Amino acid sequence: MYLNSIFSNPERLERLGDIAQSSFLPLIEAAVQFTLPLSVISFILGLFLAVVTALARISTVRVLQWIARVYVSIIRGTPLLVQLFILFYGLPTVGVTIDPFPAAVIGFSLNVGAYASEVIRAAILSIPKGQWEAADTIGMSYSQTLRRVILPQASRVSVPPLSNTFISLVKDTSLAALILVTEMFRVAQQIAATNYEFLLLYGQAALIYWIICFLLSLVQGRLENRFDRYVSR
Amino acid sequence: MISIKNLHKSFGELEVLKGIDLDVEKGQTIVVIGPSGSGKTTFLRCLNILEKPSAGTVEIGGLVADFSKPMSKKQIMAFRKQSAMVFQHYNLFPHMTALDNILEGPVTVQKKDKAQAKEKALALLDKVGLSDKADSYPHQLSGGQQQRVGIARALALEPKVMLFDEPTSALDPELVGEVLQVMKDLAQEGMTMVVVTHEMRFAKGAADEVLFMDSGRIVERGTPDEVFNRPQEERTKRFLNLIQDTDTI
Repeated sequence: MYLNSIFSNPERLERLGDIAQSSFLPLIEAAVQFTLPLSVISFILGLFLAVVTALARISTVRVLQWIARVYVSIIRGTPLLVQLFILFYGLPTVGVTIDPFPAAVIGFSLNVGAYASEVIRAAILSIPKGQWEAADTIGMSYSQTLRRVILPQASRVSVPPLSNTFISLVKDTSLAALILVTEMFRVAQQIAATNYEFLLLYGQAALIYWIICFLLSLVQGRLENRFDRYVSR
Repeated sequence: MISIKNLHKSFGELEVLKGIDLDVEKGQTIVVIGPSGSGKTTFLRCLNILEKPSAGTVEIGGLVADFSKPMSKKQIMAFRKQSAMVFQHYNLFPHMTALDNILEGPVTVQKKDKAQAKEKALALLDKVGLSDKADSYPHQLSGGQQQRVGIARALALEPKVMLFDEPTSALDPELVGEVLQVMKDLAQEGMTMVVVTHEMRFAKGAADEVLFMDSGRIVERGTPDEVFNRPQEERTKRFLNLIQDTDTI
């Protein structure tokens, strides 16, 4: 047994300690250099796309509704990994070559855009009709109403589900390893390939993912508190 | 100030307004009463096109809207500027303080100087008796206070006409008086007002003219004395009797 062999063998224990120590920094580096930027950039672009898509869905223009529906349906109906493979390995065969990192950003942004658009659409629809009417009667245009009245309230409602989306995204970035982005999981694979300590390396990667996500859930809590100051409980 | 001719509104097959005619002089307070479903709220909402009338014309402050023709967004917004609405459920913006609620129209929409607008907004809060609540969020205010902020927000737009849609119906009974007092003061200052309400005391005390509506028509109109004490129409009598009955239960 693995566990038995570790503890009955002090040399091996020492070797594992050394590897853990020496691989920790490269993993953190990869997280800071790729995992986090990939998550943050994709989330911001995806959120922008999500708002546009949500507005298209609730608009009265049929064509816009239709485009938004098709987009969301395709993204939600196909695996993320397949989408990434199409972008990175598929498109070059028709002459469109994208580097790993931008390909990953495009893939993840499109993904977040589709999922978060449903969250934002629901949040917008949850704002009472009276808010739109009040904005109408004080003379606001559609974009003023959205910017000043609807979206600020909708964003409060969206914090918990969008935090979910973001946390999922952080973990999903590990799929970028398969299109050659040297994010944290790929670095873990590379190190493990040299020393065969798979459990150790993947365990370390898992631990770092968990710490990042735990910190994010703390941020979520703070955001919720901040938004709640104008709501009675 | 207001001139309404042959105003119609249908929701699909259902005809809610069956031809309303009304002229309101500057400074008059018109109170609209009637059973629920009589079309009185729809009538009020048509006056600033929250509901788009199906036919007829409305003139407010010299601006005419002809609803038999299509209107552009710009035309609708220009027409809306003539009036301001106070809602049954206040509809304050919950993420803004009382002061910011009032400033939203003048500053964001009308692009007025912020310092001046603020001075005026504070004066309006003082006028509705809430000068100490400028920095409160709506959820920190009682219903009556919220509605008074709602009135101040509407006044800040400097409308020619104030429209009130059952402004006290959602309030606890003990909070009704403070809102009605603000409205009475406004009427006395010469504001032109159209008020849909169930508050007969307000109608008796502040109205220049009372309209009784039923099934999409104005059934009876006159001074409060005429409508309440000497109603001519059978339906008006029945309605008034019913209300008086509940008053004495």
